[in-house]
Amino acid sequence: MLLSETTTSGFFNLVPWIIFFPVIGLLINLLIGKRLGERGIGTIASLASASAFVVSVLLAVSINGHHEAVVVQFADWINIGDLQIPWAFRVDTLSVTMMLVVSGVGTLIHIYAAGYMHYDVRYKGDPKSYRRFFIYLNLFIAAMMILISGDNYLMLFVGWEGVGLCSFLLIGFWFTKNTDGTEGTENALAAKKAFVVNRVGDFGFLMAMFLTFWAFGSLQFDAVFAQVDQVQEDVIIAITLFMLLGVAGKSAQIPLYVWLPDAMAGPTPVSALIHAATMVTAGVYLITRSFPLFSAAPEAQQIVALVGGATALFSATIAAAQFDIKKVLAYSTVSQLGFMVAAVGMGAYVAGMFHLVTHAFFKALLFLGSGSVILAVERGHHPLDNGHEDDQHGEEHHEPFDPQDMRNMGGLREKIPLTFWTYLMGVLALSGIPIWAGFFSKDEILTDALHENPTVYWLLVSAAFLTAFYMGRQVWLIFFGKARTHAAEKAVESPSSMTIPLIILAGLSVLGGLLNFPGVHTFTTWLEGTLGHDFAHATEFNFTVAGLSTFLAFTALFISWLLYGRNPIEVDQKDPLRRILGPVFSWMNNKWYVDELYAMIVIRPYQRLARFLAETVDWRFWHDWIHDSVIANGFRSLTRFLADPVDLGVIDGIANGLADFVQGSAARLRVIQTGYVRNYALSVLLGVVVILGYLITR
Amino acid sequence: MLINYWPIAILIAVSTFLAVAVVVFGHLIGPRRPSERKAAPYESGMEPIGPGTRRMPVRFYLVAVLFILFDIEVIFLFPWAVNFRNLGVFGLIEMFVFIVILLVGYVYAWKKGALEWE
Amino acid sequence: MTVSELGLLNILPILILVVWACVLLLLDVFVFPKREQVTPLLSAVGLVVALIYTIPQFGQPKEAFNGMLVIDGFAVFLNVLVLISGLVAVALSYDYLNRMGMARGEYYVMMLFSISGIMLMTSAADLIVVFLALELLSIPLYILAAFGRPKMESEEAGIKYFLLGAFAGGFVLYGIALVYGATGQTGLTGIVEAASGGLENPVFLLVGAALILVGLGFKVAAVPFHMWTPDVYEGAPTSVTAFMAVGAKVGGFAALLRVFMIAFPSISVDITPVLWGLTAATLIVGNVLAVAQRNIKRLLAYSSISHAGFILMAFVTYGDASVRPEATAAVLFYMVAFAITSFGSWAVVIALEHAEDRGLELEDYAGLGRKRPALALAMAIFMFSFTGVPPTMGFAGKLYIFRAVIQGEYYGLAVLGVIVSVISAYYYLRVVVVMYMREGDPETHSEGWLNLTTAVTAVGTVVLFIFSAPLFDWAAQAVLRMF
Repeated sequence: MLLSETTTSGFFNLVPWIIFFPVIGLLINLLIGKRLGERGIGTIASLASASAFVVSVLLAVSINGHHEAVVVQFADWINIGDLQIPWAFRVDTLSVTMMLVVSGVGTLIHIYAAGYMHYDVRYKGDPKSYRRFFIYLNLFIAAMMILISGDNYLMLFVGWEGVGLCSFLLIGFWFTKNTDGTEGTENALAAKKAFVVNRVGDFGFLMAMFLTFWAFGSLQFDAVFAQVDQVQEDVIIAITLFMLLGVAGKSAQIPLYVWLPDAMAGPTPVSALIHAATMVTAGVYLITRSFPLFSAAPEAQQIVALVGGATALFSATIAAAQFDIKKVLAYSTVSQLGFMVAAVGMGAYVAGMFHLVTHAFFKALLFLGSGSVILAVERGHHPLDNGHEDDQHGEEHHEPFDPQDMRNMGGLREKIPLTFWTYLMGVLALSGIPIWAGFFSKDEILTDALHENPTVYWLLVSAAFLTAFYMGRQVWLIFFGKARTHAAEKAVESPSSMTIPLIILAGLSVLGGLLNFPGVHTFTTWLEGTLGHDFAHATEFNFTVAGLSTFLAFTALFISWLLYGRNPIEVDQKDPLRRILGPVFSWMNNKWYVDELYAMIVIRPYQRLARFLAETVDWRFWHDWIHDSVIANGFRSLTRFLADPVDLGVIDGIANGLADFVQGSAARLRVIQTGYVRNYALSVLLGVVVILGYLITR
Repeated sequence: MLINYWPIAILIAVSTFLAVAVVVFGHLIGPRRPSERKAAPYESGMEPIGPGTRRMPVRFYLVAVLFILFDIEVIFLFPWAVNFRNLGVFGLIEMFVFIVILLVGYVYAWKKGALEWE
Repeated sequence: MTVSELGLLNILPILILVVWACVLLLLDVFVFPKREQVTPLLSAVGLVVALIYTIPQFGQPKEAFNGMLVIDGFAVFLNVLVLISGLVAVALSYDYLNRMGMARGEYYVMMLFSISGIMLMTSAADLIVVFLALELLSIPLYILAAFGRPKMESEEAGIKYFLLGAFAGGFVLYGIALVYGATGQTGLTGIVEAASGGLENPVFLLVGAALILVGLGFKVAAVPFHMWTPDVYEGAPTSVTAFMAVGAKVGGFAALLRVFMIAFPSISVDITPVLWGLTAATLIVGNVLAVAQRNIKRLLAYSSISHAGFILMAFVTYGDASVRPEATAAVLFYMVAFAITSFGSWAVVIALEHAEDRGLELEDYAGLGRKRPALALAMAIFMFSFTGVPPTMGFAGKLYIFRAVIQGEYYGLAVLGVIVSVISAYYYLRVVVVMYMREGDPETHSEGWLNLTTAVTAVGTVVLFIFSAPLFDWAAQAVLRMF
């Protein structure tokens, strides 16, 4: 690239490299990764992601102050009649925000994973998977970049499917194992579930896309948004609702959220990167990106907001009763995504995106922290890595042990202090304690909700209360009290490649609020470049709202202390919440039996139908009856008929007769072929006589 | 108009009948007393010498064929000579071409040794 | 009369060939009598030069010798086919003649003469020229058939072919005489004009046409004038057979088509039933007798007869003016298909043939699929093409023929054609079966030009199938200005 170009047009022409760098990284690892060793693989992958981050920063510098989106045409893609879709990159403040989050958080998680996977691949007994993991991870970054940088819905969809694929690959990363590490298919089933549920969402997105093309004649963002006024509102409502279905799939909203908790089967860095910080926010990004459509359909917005609010509260209740450290975080993610969807549904796009960013920080932090905790416990559990003090653990090794169960932890504060303190930062940020990032972003959503939709506001406030409670519960269970298992006692702190990302993310979780500090509204101004002044309104700080939510957060933390902190639970003790809530706790613990409900009303009838179609219709009716009885038997009878009387009698008679006749006459005619010229000449003469005789006597 | 050919048809019929009749009646009526002399091939009244079919050198055929070939081609010269004046230069060239072609064949045959007797 | 008046330039390719053949004949005896490899090269050069001068002739019809010769699309199409066939025949012959000890320069000279005869035939618009061309194409073939001298079978083939050819030539000449007697014309257009003006003796015209049909039918091996075919094909050197199978057929059909379509459409009512009978007889006898053959050369001889039958099928429709162009185009196309397949299959036969007629029985092909997979594949392709199975030229050719026949509403003939096609599948596929499913250890030859010919024809059989539509369009274009 020429220098003159860079000075005149910024670094926009660099934008394809946000995709190329990860692709180059994965190609290097794919081709020569085997010879690089683990350190080399991790470095290459992290560098690839970091390079994308550098490009994103350059783009951010370039776009700053631009009010127009910059479209970089890279290549022709589809040119069919009216359908003209180039591979174009759209650089505006919204996409750059996403790029920064994806590549920034992505890079930190790459670095973290370089350390984490070193242990994970060994505990799972397949060190060769190390390379595979980073190839997938880079592929994910590339796909995610395609998703957020596309200038049209189709490019977005390509990325959308790409990240879905990566999600599938990474959830099922240990596809020969169960979630507890034994041999089995649970992980593979979880991956399948994620994929299938996402297909339902993709159907919605596709329908939305078809309708868009039908109504607007284009899939280009600018072209579509420019015509919003000219299209009937009904059509836009249909488009946005179909889009909502897609969002519900990708961003795990009711009713399609069920895949996300299961997705925790993937390695923890995956949960952090894909299923907390980036991919699942694609739905929020989609709605924000399509804000002219949603803003033109208030009814749809209402539904979006309600879905978001309901999801937020509903999944928060489930999170409060989970024992698996990652399940808690998973439902928390669903809940927080509900916050974001509710926000963008209400037209509070800035608030939603703001929360998306801060959530990326602290939820990535929490997941990575949980990974560190799990690893610490697991390393405590394994004698090999634990300085082999006594051999009795060798036998313990074979007993089922779940390093993710919070009941197996306790008192880890002193064992892994660095993890503890960084984790605490994440908890406080998520709980919405003032000064931490989550407080500001969540508060902005709540303030907007109070203005726009009281119902949603109360849903969200209740969810926020529960959020603080279950995060408090988690902290008490994991880090306080006494170690409840031998493994927790022997837990060891994680290596620096894991803790450094934790520290950085902890810092971001503390300081993230500064991005859009009340009164300054840096982020609002920034997004104005994309959303325009009307939709990027600065929300005034509302002390009532802030005060109430802060009060509730502290109350929730206090209650959690009462239940779990004051008297730490003992080994095999029942959860104190169960005492209070009774059967309701069981319901919460069992996720309100939604999976079972789906199994009953959707999956099992579907399977029954499939089985009916397969066994009864296809096998018994079609194969057994139609094929075997009607066709085969009919055919057989017919053939028998044809074979015996017809074929043997008539056809064979004719055929044999014909064959005999042919062969016979061939043999007989051969006799004529005497080899004597006189006979040949005679034959010519006879021919002449016959012909002339015919012609003359005719 | 086919009727015009009736006489020919009658002639064919009569001659065919006569030819067949003579052979057949001779065969049927004539007495058969074969002797050695009677059974011998007829050679215009001469004493038959040796077998009826005799081998001849193939060279004879070769020369004969060549003779006929060139002989017949030369016949073509007669009508040309008669019309020589009418045909003019064109006729001259035409005949020249014709002779050249013949010559090529002749030279070839000569060179190949077709004209050498031994 | 000047050169341009005569239109000598328009028949330049033929002149080139004839002159070149004369020169080669002398060169062969004087300059390099012992270097047999030079003559094939030089004759190939002559063919290429003639081809170069032939191709630009496609377009406006031209005349020569006051209309006795017509160089129209039909003639050019067939001339191109024949010249290419000549090149293939040279390539095919080279290794074979060397191997069999028959490499003599006259061989190629005779071939050139015969090719010029065929080219003359395709352009002949006068019955006199037809006869001249017939002799010019036939006599070299008689010699070539006997080229295996001193092999008895070859000499026998030569003399048989000569005698019967002369016999048939007599019929043609007699036919021409009768036509002249009826119309007072020998030019094809003149005959039409005379016939349309009413004839004193229309029977003469009819009988004359029939006798011409007989003579030319002999050339193309139509039943019952076919009996020389198996003997001559078997006895003649295989490379000659390959050339003869294509060359004589092209020449014969070219004359048949042009003479009958231009000169005798008025008597088509009478001639068509005769043609019908000839066609049916040819189809039946050719295919049925092929079943009984164990010798590959005889098998292919009967196959050649049967393909003459298929071409005749299209010819039967000649009286129907609406079908005529399409039928003619179909014949042209079928000749291309037949030529390429025929040359290919003969090439395979040559690859397996050994001195003293060994390697010519069907059993000798057992195990070919294992020993020479490429060769066997090529042979399989040719057999499929002969049978008329896609994706081969044979299929496309039959398709167009049948289309013409059905358009002409000769349904009975079409049905017969299908039936004999089925019969033909039996003996063609038997070759494939023997090659692939019987154990055996055939001795084969692998020679450069031969392999090249086999490969080119095999690929051509399939590839030209893909381009059969443009090829057919070209043929249709060629016959456009004929009538």
